[in-house]
Amino acid sequence: MSTVNRNTQTQVMAGSDILVKSLVDHGVEVLFAYPGGCSMPMHQSLTRYAPQLRTILPRHEQGGAFAAQGYARSTGRVGVVMATSGPGATNLVTAIADAKLDSVPLIAITGQVPTWYIGKDAFQETPVVEVCRGITKHHYLVTDVNDLARVMKEAFHIATTGRPGPVIIDMPKDVQNQQCVPNWDEPMNLPGYRVEYRRPQPEQIKQVAAAIKRARRPVIYAGGGIIAAGASGALREFVDKTGIPVGLTVMGLGAFPAGHPRALDMLGMHGSVYSNFAVDECDLLIALGVRFDDRVTGKFEEFAKGAKIVHIDIDPSEINKNKEAHISVISDVKAALEELNRIVEPPDADLQEWYSTIDAWKAKYPFKYDTEFDGILQQHAIHTLCNLVSGRETYVTVGVGQHQMWSAQFFKFNKPRTWLSSSGLGTMGFGLPAAMGVQAAHPDALVIDIDGDGSFQMNIQELATCFCERLPVKVMLLNNQHLGMVVQWEDRFMQGNRAHTYLGPIDHPEATGKGQGKFAQERYPDFVQIAKGYKCGGATVSRKADLLPALQEMIDYAGPYVLDVQVPYQEQVLPMIPSGGTVRDIIVE
Amino acid sequence: MNRMRHVLSALVQNVPGVLAHISGMLASRGYNIDSLAVGETEDPSLSRMTFVVVGDDRVLDQIRKQLEKIVTVVRVVDVSSHDYVERDLMLVKVSAPPGGQRAEIRELTEIFRGSIVDVGPDEITIEISGREQKIQAFIERIRPYGIVELVRTGRIAMIRSHGIVPGSLGAEMGITSDKVCITVPHGAGTKGIGQAE
Repeated sequence: MSTVNRNTQTQVMAGSDILVKSLVDHGVEVLFAYPGGCSMPMHQSLTRYAPQLRTILPRHEQGGAFAAQGYARSTGRVGVVMATSGPGATNLVTAIADAKLDSVPLIAITGQVPTWYIGKDAFQETPVVEVCRGITKHHYLVTDVNDLARVMKEAFHIATTGRPGPVIIDMPKDVQNQQCVPNWDEPMNLPGYRVEYRRPQPEQIKQVAAAIKRARRPVIYAGGGIIAAGASGALREFVDKTGIPVGLTVMGLGAFPAGHPRALDMLGMHGSVYSNFAVDECDLLIALGVRFDDRVTGKFEEFAKGAKIVHIDIDPSEINKNKEAHISVISDVKAALEELNRIVEPPDADLQEWYSTIDAWKAKYPFKYDTEFDGILQQHAIHTLCNLVSGRETYVTVGVGQHQMWSAQFFKFNKPRTWLSSSGLGTMGFGLPAAMGVQAAHPDALVIDIDGDGSFQMNIQELATCFCERLPVKVMLLNNQHLGMVVQWEDRFMQGNRAHTYLGPIDHPEATGKGQGKFAQERYPDFVQIAKGYKCGGATVSRKADLLPALQEMIDYAGPYVLDVQVPYQEQVLPMIPSGGTVRDIIVE
Repeated sequence: MNRMRHVLSALVQNVPGVLAHISGMLASRGYNIDSLAVGETEDPSLSRMTFVVVGDDRVLDQIRKQLEKIVTVVRVVDVSSHDYVERDLMLVKVSAPPGGQRAEIRELTEIFRGSIVDVGPDEITIEISGREQKIQAFIERIRPYGIVELVRTGRIAMIRSHGIVPGSLGAEMGITSDKVCITVPHGAGTKGIGQAE
């Protein structure tokens, strides 16, 4: 009967089919799933829904979960990952914690041992809901198949509304096999979850507008909330109306165009001198979709000490958590900005003086590197890549460490959701699988993982997924043979004592800090050979003159590709505000 | 900072794992709980958790918000910011060999409005309820006789009826004012009776 829609279906279905059909009905196009004993029924169902739902097989569950994050972060839609019970489930844990800290809408579905084995220490049993309580927005252990349709509805609702976040659904194998007539219309049962009220009060918006009118040195501190709320346009309008300069968090990069005259670039530990100085000297700090993370603030008490602080965020628990706000607005930041844009006026004071102060800082302390360096500096490689791809739809993912911070500094992001970084948890190994997920969501876009050799090896197995699933991800590998950020701290704060930060064989002189020259003498492993082993393209480059053609070749290559770039290992990410310090401790040389 | 004793009351969904979630959150964020009591409410789908926490206003505000952020937590109220009734129930087994001391213990129990609920050959068990200070005082008085075993429920609390602005708390918690009246019988809410401990 062609008139039957899903709401009137009365056929008996197995739990696994209900789950997969629910994914399809919620608009999921692709999921990343690694099978095992306790998730097999769900995988069988996935084959039945294959035309509507693509299943990508990662080579490690963590890779799958970061791929789902890549999908979610680049689209704003829910990323879905599935794993089996026990080790499959625990392999997801890092990526779930990562999604929690960066507010990524993620649904993780895990197989679980049959209900009668739960608590019996069965084969491949872990209490994954217990493990994940503190690192998920919400969690379900489904013990009755009749609850499943409602649970799926709730999971999508919770993952995507309010402050987005990860939801785990643990599915015992017998529940996957149980049959029932699903009640697709059963209402959600979430009496404690009321996000629909989070809109600004008119009175609060008036207060914010009044504070802006009185300000002489205002600064905007904007973050991931702008991107999550889809508020980039509203932010742009707000800045155009008020002329207030904008500093961005790592999560906020792309929320405001990098080349805009009011852009102050990145804030915080490795942010621009001018953004940190501006926050330090401002008299009004407008914090939008941010959480006053210690990597931005340094010492909480000293951060924006002289300023009146306006804090707009959807999560009430962020208000006054790390820093007291004078005016707080608990609201979706887009709704708040739209209301504000209706009434806001520029400050009465002439901001020209403030702009000149900032411009002088910009002129004196730009992001810079040694352009005469004989060889390829990391910053140069990123800068060159940025210029090369500027005309194309490009997404950049990164691992964690120096290459991540340099990418944040030297790659210019003009659009939201084009920069993907594990920012809160700082998970090495994020770059390659995240890029994979982006590519699955945007098949025609150029997706580049700018990675370090430490991070890359944490999920290097996903090259197989990239090749086998035809995801032509490019890896620009900044290979310095070291854990560069830790080396930087060793050199700055620990008299250069190398403590397990060299990634080559332990009998090499670099392992004990006795390396000669700027580059590690040998490069281990042979990343080009690894790439080729996975049937990906690969090349290595060490001369500066060869960089541009090598990058061009990478971009033009039809499949996944690894460009192994030899870079020095004692280059430091600057500026730097030491952990727990203040802007007055900033290191610029 | 003014570190104050606060009594928080959380209405939560009666589903598995809520207690673990809440206690895990409090522990992982470094909040110390003096007392925690859990039980069903008049609505079997909801449970009530009562916490006693010590902290300044900022800590309290964070605890409240972090609790409210948990999906299964329906509502959190700082009961101690209202006029409220608080109780703790204790069972204490005291060493009492037959003889003169039994009479003393019995007298003490009566003064504190407790009751003897079990008598053994060498021990008696006393039930007593009241505010924390009263329970504490009773423990000190009874200690010299020899406490064999002691168990407490943890504090529970309820806002006094006349303290409720009609439609405020009740409405917030999704409870009609009728239900509030039923759970707090008339008369019990007057200060004189409530504090006659």
